[in-house]
Amino acid sequence: MKPMQADVIVIGGGLMGTAAAFFLRRRGRSVILLERGLVGQQASGVNFGNVRRQGRFLPQLPLANRSREIWGRLKELLGEDAEFLATGHIRVCYDPRQIGVIEAYAQKARDYGLDLELLNANSLKARFGFFGPEAIAGSYSPNDGHANPRLAAPAFGRAAARTGVAVFENTEIISIAKPGDDFQAIAADGRMFSAPIALVTAGAWGGALSRQFEEPVPIAVHGPQMAVTEPLPYRLKPVIGVSTAIPQEVVYLRQVERGNIVFGGGARGPAFADIRRAYAVPGHLGNQLRQIRRLVPALANMRVIRTWSGIESYLPDDIPVMGPSARVSGLYYAFGFCGHGFQLGPGVGDVMAELIDRGSTMTPIEPFHIKRFAVEAARSVSA
Amino acid sequence: MAEPRIVIVGAGPAGVRAAETLVASGVRPIVIDEGGRDGGQIYRRQPEGFRRSYASLYGSEAGRAEDMHRSFDALRDRIDYRPETLAWGIWEKQLHLLQGSRTSAVDFDALIIASGATDRLMPVRGWNRAGVYSMGAAQIALKSQATAIGKRVVFMGSGPLLYLVAAQYSKAGAEVAAVLDTSPFHLRVKALPQLIARPDVLLKGLALTLKLRRGGIEIQTGITPVEIEGRPEIGVETIRFRTSKGKVRTIACDAVALGYHLRPEAQLADLARCEFRFDAQTRQFFPVKDADGRSSVAGVYLAGDGALTLGADAAEVAGRLAALAVLSDLGRQVAGVQVARLRRRLRIFERFRRGIAAAFPWPAGAAAALGEDTVVCRCENITAGELRAAVSDNGAVEINRAKAFSRVGMGRCQGRYCGHAAAEVIAACAGVPVEAVGRIRAQAPVKPLIIGAESDAEQAA
Repeated sequence: MKPMQADVIVIGGGLMGTAAAFFLRRRGRSVILLERGLVGQQASGVNFGNVRRQGRFLPQLPLANRSREIWGRLKELLGEDAEFLATGHIRVCYDPRQIGVIEAYAQKARDYGLDLELLNANSLKARFGFFGPEAIAGSYSPNDGHANPRLAAPAFGRAAARTGVAVFENTEIISIAKPGDDFQAIAADGRMFSAPIALVTAGAWGGALSRQFEEPVPIAVHGPQMAVTEPLPYRLKPVIGVSTAIPQEVVYLRQVERGNIVFGGGARGPAFADIRRAYAVPGHLGNQLRQIRRLVPALANMRVIRTWSGIESYLPDDIPVMGPSARVSGLYYAFGFCGHGFQLGPGVGDVMAELIDRGSTMTPIEPFHIKRFAVEAARSVSA
Repeated sequence: MAEPRIVIVGAGPAGVRAAETLVASGVRPIVIDEGGRDGGQIYRRQPEGFRRSYASLYGSEAGRAEDMHRSFDALRDRIDYRPETLAWGIWEKQLHLLQGSRTSAVDFDALIIASGATDRLMPVRGWNRAGVYSMGAAQIALKSQATAIGKRVVFMGSGPLLYLVAAQYSKAGAEVAAVLDTSPFHLRVKALPQLIARPDVLLKGLALTLKLRRGGIEIQTGITPVEIEGRPEIGVETIRFRTSKGKVRTIACDAVALGYHLRPEAQLADLARCEFRFDAQTRQFFPVKDADGRSSVAGVYLAGDGALTLGADAAEVAGRLAALAVLSDLGRQVAGVQVARLRRRLRIFERFRRGIAAAFPWPAGAAAALGEDTVVCRCENITAGELRAAVSDNGAVEINRAKAFSRVGMGRCQGRYCGHAAAEVIAACAGVPVEAVGRIRAQAPVKPLIIGAESDAEQAA
């Protein structure tokens, strides 16, 4: 069979892959996008939908800022906005010791162009009267917000296809190699795809592909525990989260314009990459409900109508793999976003397209290079 | 070996007979009942203090209802009965419960799911108006609260329940404006060879129809629903339909009961990760089970209409069989003769079910004809046009994908009422078999769960 040829093969049709394909096409590259299931079906489609910058790993903020700028232009770029709303994002804390943490973060974030408003107990009460009495301070990021994960990646995928990207769904790549000048990707049904450049954006399955180029990464999969309530009048504008050092206190929620409140947080559930399933664990809901009541007591009378999960990939240092391969020229990676990739998605696509097109990017992504695991592997061997 | 922990979900005909069979073997099961009293939907008991006779409440089924209630009363002290308790989730061998605003969990070695069925509905323009009820809801109003859904009621849909509920309303003194059946009469004649499998039920059905006609109630077969009309402030005012001869007619009414047979409440089976199979005749998915009710998951058993809609009598048989399967799998001695006899009876019910399905087919074709502005998903207010856009503009062919794009089936009922119709709309729009469209995956909680719910442990603290 004759392979299908393009300038770039993108493997993985989540938010990262569809956005990268879209921006590569805008830079005039011919692109083949390969997706094992349907576009945006895994982590990209089932996450909380946070378009949040505050609280991130500081060196990631330039990337997050670039992404935030694209979120604001989604309608113009894609013809649809994926329900993006710049509603603001607020994190509150319960523990006085945490106040110092959010203050220090706000100060450093300013250097990265992210202005946060700090709120004490009184100003919190005045501005956001819905918080419970335990919330003693907060940090408000006025230009963050949220969007609908079910819509974002498919919107990028459709826009990519409209502008000429060859999108293949239900196409599982079982092997990829670079025998000569070109990469050759072979699908489970024998179809072949060939290009001088390959970008791996395969999320939880990214590690299986990087291993084929002898760049293994210690990737783990987990299922976030998500839930949604019945609709109520649209009142809670900002996305709400908790800043805490105690994992079980982590809860986040947002109200969509339709009125439903989406929430998540707390213990993660099991995920199974082989059968492409992750489960919401009923036993985890109790703690989430307790934390929701603590955060916004008025929600106690609302009802949860659905819970769900999805397959997210995590790396031990809680930051993604992003950038060129350390071993193979023409090979690039962007996967393993550790549960915080949704906001970054459009920016990752734009940055990867720039990196592939120009050989460098204006946005610093050095901390995410895959070589950090090669160093670790070598160290553990010599030790 | 410790006493096996056996949990039954449901206290309708299947659940009660399962419990009875277990008790007879010296086992004390936990019986989880969403209702306040036993009986399930069909033999729903009236609230405490109501004093209607069995004959007035259950008509031709009075004897069976009374027998069922007596059986349960006799079991009451030998089972752990938990009324008004919702089984909302399953994780491994643990069932998650909600009672009032208290959550708890019970461990089980064997779980018998006898969760019953709800109405299978096909939308019609205006079915979201106030005054339109499902057939089951119309029946609950009567049985539980001794009230009718309206003063002048039209019964529309298909299946035996259409005639049964209409007759119950008529008997209770409500005015039945008309019975409108989408199935053409000749299919009933054609299905006779299968329907004769249960001559008594067949005769009962004929007598019911005759009684309705004698009472001067208009019965139309082979109709096509057009629209339920009315005003927001008043609700339903008229119903419009096309007769089998193609004439458009309007009937004045203030309420409509709607239903096309039943569909299993199979969410718990789904959450237990049981396999499902597609039934081509009725165009829906049923959880897979063997002749005795074993699901594809070890330790999970399915009985009654919650697995396969065979009706109340069959549910009693299936409940007994499932309990015997549980006992047998736990290594207890079970009489083979009894099992063989029950299986034989179940096969007769199955033949009859096929006959009923042939005589009163699910009107799949109506989905393709739904107007663009007809609401398909009532919870989320999603129209046929919006759902079709998810298919034609956004490429969704599988129903969970279409749900993600359009919100169809995302509301309070989680697609229990619109899922089957939505699948038909998608199939017709995409030009694929409805089997390929699939079914909406169940997600806990089975019914809405209040955020204020606290666990047993929290309450104790």
